[in-house]
Amino acid sequence: MNYLDFEKPLAEIEGKAEELRALARQNEGMNVEAEAAALDRKAGDLLRQLYKGLTPWQKCQVARHPDRPHCRDYIEALFTEWTPLAGDRNFADDHAVMGGLARFEDRPVVVIGHEKGHDTKSRIERNFGMARPEGYRKAIRLMDLADRFGLPVITLIDTPGAYPGKGAEERGQAEAIARSTQKCLQIGVPIVSVVIGEGGSGGAVAFATANRIAMLEHSIYSVISPEGCASILWKDAEKMREAAEALRLTAQDLEKLGVIDRIVPEPVGGAQRGREATVKAVGGAIKAMLKELSGMDRKALIAERRKKFLGMGQKGLAA
Amino acid sequence: MNWITNYVRPKINSLFSRREIPENLWTKCPECGQMLFHRELAENLNVCTACDHHMAISPRQRFTALFDGGVFTEVKVPEPLADPLHFRDQKRYPERMKAAQKATGEKEAMLVAEGEIGRTPIVAAAQDFSFMGGSMGMYVGNAVIAAAERAVKLKRPLILFSAAGGARMQEGILSLMQMPRTTVAVEMLREAGLPYIVVLTHPTTGGVTASYAMLGDVQIAEPNALICFAGPRVIEQTIREKLPEGFQRAEYLLDHGMLDRVTHRRKLREELIVIVRLLTGKSPAVLADLPPPKPVAEARAPVPAEGGDAPA
Repeated sequence: MNYLDFEKPLAEIEGKAEELRALARQNEGMNVEAEAAALDRKAGDLLRQLYKGLTPWQKCQVARHPDRPHCRDYIEALFTEWTPLAGDRNFADDHAVMGGLARFEDRPVVVIGHEKGHDTKSRIERNFGMARPEGYRKAIRLMDLADRFGLPVITLIDTPGAYPGKGAEERGQAEAIARSTQKCLQIGVPIVSVVIGEGGSGGAVAFATANRIAMLEHSIYSVISPEGCASILWKDAEKMREAAEALRLTAQDLEKLGVIDRIVPEPVGGAQRGREATVKAVGGAIKAMLKELSGMDRKALIAERRKKFLGMGQKGLAA
Repeated sequence: MNWITNYVRPKINSLFSRREIPENLWTKCPECGQMLFHRELAENLNVCTACDHHMAISPRQRFTALFDGGVFTEVKVPEPLADPLHFRDQKRYPERMKAAQKATGEKEAMLVAEGEIGRTPIVAAAQDFSFMGGSMGMYVGNAVIAAAERAVKLKRPLILFSAAGGARMQEGILSLMQMPRTTVAVEMLREAGLPYIVVLTHPTTGGVTASYAMLGDVQIAEPNALICFAGPRVIEQTIREKLPEGFQRAEYLLDHGMLDRVTHRRKLREELIVIVRLLTGKSPAVLADLPPPKPVAEARAPVPAEGGDAPA
């Protein structure tokens, strides 16, 4: 288990319980179970307490936790006949974006998502989930495919943002993102999105301009990273806690602002402590959101999506 | 302290300072350092007469030079919620807004107007970089939508001049949501079969570039304008190498196939007239027949009308 900095007291208690049990294994006849169980209870209480009152910055840390289920885990668990489709037909295949055909609960769909990778090798291969123009252009191609064959599009959002690189800029990062958002608005099939970790700025919007948007309980969705915001507005990247607070990037605030439609609860201690339960809950949310959109024709789906975004910003937060 | 320092010296000082030249008569070109007289600079549309460097130009100055006879009518933009997040960094957002309003004399970072260019009716929108870096929040989103709706209603082309550092962080996620919102506006024009022409001016970056500013039917940029998604500093920090000369500048983007044209500000009006008339199937404009655009120096703020009709 990778502990986050605010989980340190928890790590100590869990470490002690582990030590006791290790000691007991070495010395036969020694009974520590009662003490260890008490420590377990204490750890459980602390965990509940910690996760009940996560600050926005702590939520950022949880949202970026390396042990959280990633796009690939959801695809493996929730879909059958997963058939990845590669390439933008212009330049390259972007490994930061997974995309392809699959079946969700007997229904053929197109899946598109950012994949961050799970170890050093795959993280480098996936470019830490930061897409280049080719990723957005692959998504555009797949959305067109979905539109042509009437398949719903399911997008999984988990990116720090679009990749700030020389080649990415030369090949039209901005244009690729703009066209991807535009394509989301044009297609006559349902689009449902789930922010499963980090919804980083334009790179997220390009896939999340959807009919229905859900967020995991401890995921974030923001115009800029707290660190980036802090370095611009506070002139000090270390003020990320204040920036995270001010940006209102939590699922709870976004629901109040009417930017997202639902929050998918995470197990106690976050998605990283209950990967299977989290994946299942996301599956349930996708199913429910698709059901809400069933029976709507092309025109209605496009009109509903437009209306949804045009209407955003009517609700502010209470002071 | 005596009466000399307290009384005589201030008197003498004020006598001299009165003779000093008013500060705003001369502008130093940030590119070549040339001192430029304000009237001359304004007549040249804020382009340096020595090195052709394009300096910022306010939406009002821009429209005065763009529309026939400098006549245009403002299009009303629906007022959004003020400070929806109660955002506070080192300053409160409403304080930053007030300071920007005072400094620019404008309400917000985008101006929308309707009028004629070369006797060709259009709707135009221009972003104001001097107003909080032209940043895109709810108001700018509303302005782009209002411009598109007005253009659709009047069946006119929309010409949009972009200039922005990106999304307005003080409006958090709602500023990010202006990317899809403004894209809906572009879709409205598309469906109505109306031309949407974007003129990218220095600088156009971030979420603005990644939405309405890159979705024009024709994409024109002013010379040497910085146009990008991620800024050069962020990229240098990420890849840890020096970027090539002219990287992310208008000419560089033109070379990389990201733009249709790079056009000098003084030639822009004529070019826009030609493009708009070609795209809408109108006969060539007879430019000689038109009243000349007013020089910017004499520009007066026109009377704002609330969604009134175009001047005849």
